[in-house]
Amino acid sequence: MSALTGYPRADGRKGIRNVVAVAYLVECAHHVAREIAWPQRTQAHVIGFPGCFPNEYAQKMMERLCTHPNVGGVLLVSLGCESFNRYQLERTIRDSGRPVETLVIQRDGGTAATIARGQQWVADTLAELSGAERVPMDVSELVIGTVCGGSDGTSGISGNPAVGRAFDRFVSEGATCIFEETGELIGCENIMAARAATPELAGELHASVAKAACYYATLGFGSFAAGNADGGLTTIEEKSMGAYAKSGSSQISGLIKPGDIPPRGGLYLMDVVPDGEVRFGFPNISDNAEIVEMMASGAHMTLFVTGRGSVVGSALAPVIKVAANPVMYERLSQDMDVNAGRIMTGDATLDEIGDEIHELAVRVGAGEATKSEALGHAEFILTYKSFEPIGPACLPV
Amino acid sequence: MNDNDTRLLLLNEEDNVFVLRAAVEAGETITVAGVTVQIGERIGMGHKLARRAIQPGEKVLKYGAPIGSVTRAVAIGEHVHLNNLKSDYTQTHSLEEARAANDFVEGANT
Repeated sequence: MSALTGYPRADGRKGIRNVVAVAYLVECAHHVAREIAWPQRTQAHVIGFPGCFPNEYAQKMMERLCTHPNVGGVLLVSLGCESFNRYQLERTIRDSGRPVETLVIQRDGGTAATIARGQQWVADTLAELSGAERVPMDVSELVIGTVCGGSDGTSGISGNPAVGRAFDRFVSEGATCIFEETGELIGCENIMAARAATPELAGELHASVAKAACYYATLGFGSFAAGNADGGLTTIEEKSMGAYAKSGSSQISGLIKPGDIPPRGGLYLMDVVPDGEVRFGFPNISDNAEIVEMMASGAHMTLFVTGRGSVVGSALAPVIKVAANPVMYERLSQDMDVNAGRIMTGDATLDEIGDEIHELAVRVGAGEATKSEALGHAEFILTYKSFEPIGPACLPV
Repeated sequence: MNDNDTRLLLLNEEDNVFVLRAAVEAGETITVAGVTVQIGERIGMGHKLARRAIQPGEKVLKYGAPIGSVTRAVAIGEHVHLNNLKSDYTQTHSLEEARAANDFVEGANT
């Protein structure tokens, strides 16, 4: 019954969108990239890294994002004197079979000339991509991420467990599902580890949450915003229990870090807290940083549960907005794809909303625009981080 | 015997708090485990009320899991929040002091 279709890529994956990424390689090139994409902004999305100094994590993230299955071609926009390794990035994209061009503002005549050349390249490339045909795609080929943002006391009762039901269905169909934010699993480590596929993986899950607790203790703040408290959440472990519900009840197949591509279907935890001493500040400074990391691990779309009412979307991969709070839904219904607030008011069950999310996700996979996509949301943020590679126990066979 | 207002949601049998599925307005009375409780200040949707008296140092259980420890005695039906519950991990950041200091009033989604 799946009407799911996708764009086939050389690496065997399929994309549910076919956008051009316009990528700035330092903040100094951001304006030029934005101007290049603007006339075609529904199909040309701006991504990039603002830092001038090299960072392995950022390099890996940009390589993964530029070869994301939803991306059909990439225009790189460099100022010229930044440290980003654009040569390696361009080669990685070319090797993936995608059209790619690099513009260098200092070489190509400055702002106006680079914008003009870039707009022409984007228009030509989109014309080329418009002939691409969608092919049938199985639900098992989908990679789906989930985040919650702007959480309140309703999130963990309605929206998050409803996404958990949808995740259970997707996992049983062979799809890959990713949940994350180990800083918001503090307090859940024991019940979560009990779901691990192997005892060694259970140890890794435990360790990832302990690392997050230590990291946030050094920062002096939990992953907890003022609006969470207004919405009735009192402590990080309470918020965690609610956030944890997004993972559903399937066995946990592995632990990945940003940019690691899950090797097969199943449920994966993404460890987003940097390794080593606290160096670059908060692990994820806002919700889009988490969405970006799941995209880098191949997520075709994100299920985003919100109680207070986040309105964000994302560059490259659609965001399905699940409203947990019925009062907020009334106010922001134009931004919300699913009203899980009906669970609060007794008008729907978790299973019904879980099915609704599942069915919508398949339609979005087949091309239907989400609310945030239709409104033109295409947020993106990438900052400095550092990770050690995952160990062998993280992905048991 | 456990007569409860329909707005009170019990997530797990072991819990010592209820979650409000809708706001309770100031001046209302609400029935909690058969006890009639007078509500002083408005309490928003998604907030917690004590299901029974909770002693200082006792854990608050929600979803059947501990979500922190009570810092002072809490009466049945009392709002369980920042003023009487604290994390066993990291402290909670809120803007309540900033708002009070700046005389800010806002109706939120709750």
